[in-house]
Amino acid sequence: MSTVIRRSPMLHPALIAWSLLMLATAISWWLGGNHDFGGDRRYSIVAIAVVAFAKVHLVGTYFMELRHAPPLLKRWFGTWIVVTCTVVVALYLAAMQ
Amino acid sequence: MPVRSLPLLSVAWMRNMLERSPQDATLVMSGEHTHERIPGEAAIWVFILGDMLMFAAFFGQFAWDRIGRVELYAHSQQQLNVVFGAVNTLLLLTGSLFVVFGVEAFRSGGIKARLWFAAAFACALAFGVDKVLEYGSKWAAGITPDTNIFFLYYYMFTGIHALHLCIGMIFLARMWVLAGRLTRDGRDVRFAEIGASYWHLVDLLWVVLFALLYLMN
Repeated sequence: MSTVIRRSPMLHPALIAWSLLMLATAISWWLGGNHDFGGDRRYSIVAIAVVAFAKVHLVGTYFMELRHAPPLLKRWFGTWIVVTCTVVVALYLAAMQ
Repeated sequence: MPVRSLPLLSVAWMRNMLERSPQDATLVMSGEHTHERIPGEAAIWVFILGDMLMFAAFFGQFAWDRIGRVELYAHSQQQLNVVFGAVNTLLLLTGSLFVVFGVEAFRSGGIKARLWFAAAFACALAFGVDKVLEYGSKWAAGITPDTNIFFLYYYMFTGIHALHLCIGMIFLARMWVLAGRLTRDGRDVRFAEIGASYWHLVDLLWVVLFALLYLMN
């Protein structure tokens, strides 16, 4: 038998994270359109990638409960985010030299 | 209150909200240790990290092959309908939210978890329908995996992802069944967490795929 004391569901961290994810999706959708920053697509490419991997971080932290996971797991997950984002962005920019 | 301080206050408020855990909001007196634990089991995380590694290699390969083909990639990307991709992203993210609520409800006991898992399943189903419609429209336009290397990757990655989604749906269905039972034990809760973790993997992989395939050019 367990006793549960609840706060308002509106303040649930996952709900807030979800709202941010919705916003981030809208932002990257907008960036993916023809917003050239004066003809240089490189800025929007970097921005879209950073936003995407920030979203992955949000999913991991607030949906996958990594906040309460052992530090090693958090580190591996975080490393994947940073390395993958960096490699992809670097290759994208390299192609546009 | 000075208007200038409002943005700072809202950021601080959001950070404060995010710092709270569901465990702060929910006091569960079942003797369960809720801090510093691996969600589900270590085994699923080995799989998740391995799968992420595999997809990272896919992403890298995709980006590598773009070198010397920037125009081809850009032109091909424009033939994709970004609305399909965006709607799919929203569906998976919302499904993930439902799964989070579902797992919490599952832990607390009661029948409410069924609703959340069913809602998440509906999101997955909608994603599947959307994907079929998208593939259909591409195929009808003569765009196949043979068209060019971009579309080969497009079909390959989204296809493998769709397989992951199907497995995720099987997990959700099983979780829905377990949530309907009158009793559940620690093993059931662990299964729900495993299924949830797998589902969130499907979600996060798509987030990157959406950016690469639909947005970045």
